[in-house]
Amino acid sequence: MNQELQNELSRQGVVLTTIEDLYNWGRKNSLWPLQFGLACCAIEMIAASMARFDMARFGAEVFRPSPRQADLMIVSGTVTKKMAPQVVRLFNQMPEPKYVIAMGACAICGGPFRDGYNVLQGIDLYLPVDVYIPGCPPRPEALLEGLIHLQQKIARQRLTGPERPRHLEENVPGEFPVPQFGPHDLVGPRLCKTRTPDANS
Amino acid sequence: MQTPEQIKDRILAALPGAHLEVIPNGSPANQPSLLLDHGQAREIAKFLRDDPELRFDYASNVTGVDWPEKVVKEKVKVRKIIDGVEQEAVELVERKTPGFLEAVYHLYSMALGHGPLIIRLRTGNRTDSVALPSLTPVWRSCEFQEREIFDLFGITFKGHPDLRRILMWDNFADHPMRKDYVPANEQEAKP
Repeated sequence: MNQELQNELSRQGVVLTTIEDLYNWGRKNSLWPLQFGLACCAIEMIAASMARFDMARFGAEVFRPSPRQADLMIVSGTVTKKMAPQVVRLFNQMPEPKYVIAMGACAICGGPFRDGYNVLQGIDLYLPVDVYIPGCPPRPEALLEGLIHLQQKIARQRLTGPERPRHLEENVPGEFPVPQFGPHDLVGPRLCKTRTPDANS
Repeated sequence: MQTPEQIKDRILAALPGAHLEVIPNGSPANQPSLLLDHGQAREIAKFLRDDPELRFDYASNVTGVDWPEKVVKEKVKVRKIIDGVEQEAVELVERKTPGFLEAVYHLYSMALGHGPLIIRLRTGNRTDSVALPSLTPVWRSCEFQEREIFDLFGITFKGHPDLRRILMWDNFADHPMRKDYVPANEQEAKP
């Protein structure tokens, strides 16, 4: 519907919307993050959820201790190779539709520990990240901005047609492959193969 | 606290025939340490813990050191016959020092309020002779730290009650804190 017409109607006391908009409006304002933290970024995430920064203003204050009740995974901190399979498994256990925020330099690419023997070089090797929040660690305001960006992304999502989200595709597997422990490194398929260092240089 | 030399004499008086060596430290810290032999390491450790004048009842820190094989070049003065006349000449001599792994223990006495005393244990080499006697039966606090050394340096501690990897997963094959370790992602990048 025409935006101008919609504004005109709302001035006259008539509200018109679509199921899609109503549905997205509902879920973007009640994101339930999974309650887990991996490193120092988690402290900023906790600060963002407390009274001073108050993530409840954006409807995302209900941190769930069970992945079955959560629809947002905030990867807050360094993901070690030993922890990566558990993080992917937790994400697989969350119901669709679900979203991932990579919070901080470590979750994005390994950060200052990138060359460590036990540090995963970014959670996006195994999970589809929706919003990246740079910082070391990012301030609570940055996390809130990332959350707002995610809300805008959810509001734009179409439920039908070629741009519909992944979980509405019939032939796409629902689970992401969980990496396995190999003798020298994690083994198993990765989402993005071009991320290996110096592949192009 | 007594100096390591005095402690060494005290140990030798109590345990005659023990092999001990005082390793000097040339750095500003100037903390000399005691190098123990494998055979009597546990008896010496028990003595250090129980002796009424020493009473090192607390092992605060256990760590590993990797000493790879290295070639030391030295200039040595030799007497040679040059042009029929015996003269003094300088020759470059290469000396190979074998590599080994080392476990370093920092001991304190809570009862007497002194420390640290640093003791060291060395393996025969870096490949097949990597066993050391565990001091966990003497100081319980060594348990996790010896497991960490086993994990990251590959020293096996004989007599350890529960020697498993502690940081890396169980079927991990490498020892990441060794000097010659190459991380998996750097190996991939090599042509």
